[in-house]
Amino acid sequence: MFKKIAMIGCALALATLTACGSGDGGGSKGSGGDKLVMGFAQVGAESGWRTANTKSVRESAKSAGIELKFSDAQQKQENQIKAIRSYIQQKVDVIAFSPVVETGWDAVLLEAKRAKIPVILTDRAVDSSDTSLYKTFLGSDFVEEGRKAGKWLTENTDGPAKVAEIQGTTGAAPAIDRQKGFKEAIAGKSDIRIVASQSGDFTRAGGKQVMEALLKSHPDINVVYAHNDDMGLGAIEAIKAAGKKPGTDIKIITVDAVKAGMQALADGEINYIVECNPLLGDQLMDLAKKVVKGEKVPERVVTEETAFTSEQAAKVLKDRKY
Amino acid sequence: MIRGRLLWPLIALAGLILLNVVFTHSFLALRIQDGHLYGSLVDILRNGAPTMLIAVGMTLVIATRGIDLSVGAVAAIAGAIGCTWIADGGDVPTAVLLALAVCVLLGLWNGFLVSVLGIQPIIATLVLMTAGRGGAMLLTEGQIVTVDSSAYRQIGAGFLVLPIAILISLAVLGGVALLTRRTALGMLIEAVGANPEASKLAGVRSRTITWTVYVFAAFCAGVAGLMISSNVSAADANNAGLWIEMDAILAVVIGGTSLAGGRYSLGGTLVGALVIQTLTTTVYTIGVPTNVTLLFKAVVVITVCLLQSPRTARIIGGRRRTPATAPRSQKVAAG
Repeated sequence: MFKKIAMIGCALALATLTACGSGDGGGSKGSGGDKLVMGFAQVGAESGWRTANTKSVRESAKSAGIELKFSDAQQKQENQIKAIRSYIQQKVDVIAFSPVVETGWDAVLLEAKRAKIPVILTDRAVDSSDTSLYKTFLGSDFVEEGRKAGKWLTENTDGPAKVAEIQGTTGAAPAIDRQKGFKEAIAGKSDIRIVASQSGDFTRAGGKQVMEALLKSHPDINVVYAHNDDMGLGAIEAIKAAGKKPGTDIKIITVDAVKAGMQALADGEINYIVECNPLLGDQLMDLAKKVVKGEKVPERVVTEETAFTSEQAAKVLKDRKY
Repeated sequence: MIRGRLLWPLIALAGLILLNVVFTHSFLALRIQDGHLYGSLVDILRNGAPTMLIAVGMTLVIATRGIDLSVGAVAAIAGAIGCTWIADGGDVPTAVLLALAVCVLLGLWNGFLVSVLGIQPIIATLVLMTAGRGGAMLLTEGQIVTVDSSAYRQIGAGFLVLPIAILISLAVLGGVALLTRRTALGMLIEAVGANPEASKLAGVRSRTITWTVYVFAAFCAGVAGLMISSNVSAADANNAGLWIEMDAILAVVIGGTSLAGGRYSLGGTLVGALVIQTLTTTVYTIGVPTNVTLLFKAVVVITVCLLQSPRTARIIGGRRRTPATAPRSQKVAAG
């Protein structure tokens, strides 16, 4: 009983606060004219990629004229559930969130469904048999990223390619999918062969250590495919220490396109970077407007992503936000 | 001299190197590249240097019957301070001094919790283990701070024929060995670990000694953190030194130092740290598939630990070894 009272109290306090803050009286659905209200429950601020993601959502909401209620869950599922409940209480028009983990969302999503508030997933998926609980999932296609990397190699290799693959954290979805896509793309090309594949845990130090060892056990390696920029940057250090020239003696392909990686690409030390885009704010706002109007949206929307060569990187480098 | 518990880790080390030679014939090959030694063995020394240094600090902490879980976080903080200072336009010596000064302060904090407030070491250092990484994240604002400074690079990636990092680690190890084994300090540390009350009554300043070893452990962690960040010219608050406390504890244990405190072997720690790094390099060199990497490492570690246990040794050797309670004289000889 006390718990319930406390909860209502909290909800009231929250509602009061937001009402004062928003300034357009009531702050809930309908009363503020036709300004759309979105509740966004972010994972946290664990990496540079994530910070860029948050910034993009905030900026896009502002320019799209959508009122954004933002919460940071500090990588905890219970915080995210609390935030979503408070958005339901506040009767926002649409809820968007990047689920911290895949499971355990059915109850709170059902509450949102009953309150007739559409939900959009961003960046990470939810593992639930009931797909009616959310409208759409907006995020990167990791397999496609791997395919792009492999495709570039098939088109830009002269002579036999001996590839060292530096994988991400063993078992992580991006690592599994980026490997799968790459293998698909190079299948059937007999002159391209992955001669070694080890995990560098998505870190620079890991990439360097793996590459140091691989250069000794497979001195004939002439291509490196790293599952993210940081491991690629580590590999560059190892290649330099071995007296070889990164980008020339050994071609390097990476995924992500964070600023440090783009710098190396522009400098010619990396040859090709497939983008994994955290700037999905604009696409999210478009989808939000559509689902609120009741328009039909696809169940899966892939983030707009591109890939960069050295020349392209030099052009976009100074506008790179993350 | 090399008897008892140090025998098996040495055999494991030799076995791992042999395994590498079988898979990669040129494993032991060394050549001069750009004026420094280049080869797999050099990589093992350089990459193992931070673990070895932290393990030296950890050895003394464990000898006093303590443990320091915060070393990984302290290493991350040192790297974060060093890199942000240089990235903001500061000079390298100040960056290094500043980072190490903060680490000493953190060590004072750990030592204060343990020796003055009497909090269990595992809990006291857990505070900094969790909070410290958060602090490092705050310093770097959640980003990976990249620096471009050739002077800073020297600490972790530089060479004076041999990698500078391993020279630092070995110098610290040698210094500690001299200081504790040539004076009574080592015995006093062991006395505190064996029985803090009894040693206090016997006139040993157990509080000061306990406090000092935590400060020293944090200092070692700080230098190691600088090596780690300097090795890749970047501070990654999330991942730098992650789980290194576990590697360091493992190195100490493989080296034959008992977690129950009261005795320690610096030579053992040196071998232990080398075994751990060689194991990692072996995985990469012989191409152990990533999904069984952890299993491979676990099997090697368990085997070494099993062979080391007095009971197994008795079964295998068929000879009665010194009882586990009084192997002091032997350890001093080995260390």
